[in-house]
Amino acid sequence: MSDDIETEFETEGVEKKFMFLNRKAPYGTIYALEMLETVLISAAFDQDVSLVFMDDGVYQLKKGCDTKSVNMKNFSSTYKALGDYDIQKLYVERESLEARGLTVDDLTEVVYEDEDDDWAEKPAIRVVSRDEIAVLMEEQDVVISA
Amino acid sequence: MSYEVNGKTIECDEEGYLEDIGEWSLDVAKIIAKDENLDMTDEHWEVIDYLREYYDEYQIAPAVRVLVKAIKKKFGPEKGNNKYLYELFPYGPAKQACKIAGLPKPTGCV
Repeated sequence: MSDDIETEFETEGVEKKFMFLNRKAPYGTIYALEMLETVLISAAFDQDVSLVFMDDGVYQLKKGCDTKSVNMKNFSSTYKALGDYDIQKLYVERESLEARGLTVDDLTEVVYEDEDDDWAEKPAIRVVSRDEIAVLMEEQDVVISA
Repeated sequence: MSYEVNGKTIECDEEGYLEDIGEWSLDVAKIIAKDENLDMTDEHWEVIDYLREYYDEYQIAPAVRVLVKAIKKKFGPEKGNNKYLYELFPYGPAKQACKIAGLPKPTGCV
């Protein structure tokens, strides 16, 4: 059937800082899923990728989402695969968590393996303040928001 | 497009990936593999089983480099490398094996 062979592209030399800013609840609209797919695709190009979860976007990482009644695919567990795609920076805004009565314990655990530390598993999720996110945002080449 | 399996029609997209992962069975996998001109061995099925486990856990078909890394972690470096996996699945260990495993086309495959 398909006769195109998979290839890995060399994109050496062009590394930019990409921030994906997630501000919407995971289900009910298509924004979160589309963003997640964009993130996974961008990971193939060896860029410096970070994700931010703020406002209702913090629900994207919430454990125990049940999508049966809204008839959407449950992709909550896909966030756990981000570490496999070498995405190591998931920033969650503290103010947004607190405003929704959530703590880091309510969030899915996402880990990555640190190449520089004998492949030790480390948590990818970091809870940071709104001010810290502003600083991080300032450092980016590209910010994509949904 | 579709596959005919034991008198039943199983729908697939234009590249041969199943429309409904729920329709997958071992017989379906064998038909897809035949369509891909692959002689399936235990080594092939090991990768297919692993892909289905990965999908169960993460709801995603992994990109090729993610698959290679994950296989290396689970089965060791003699299987977790491009050469071994491309020998099993010449048209791409992620694309071709995912198709046989009934999964969608891998996300992040360029």
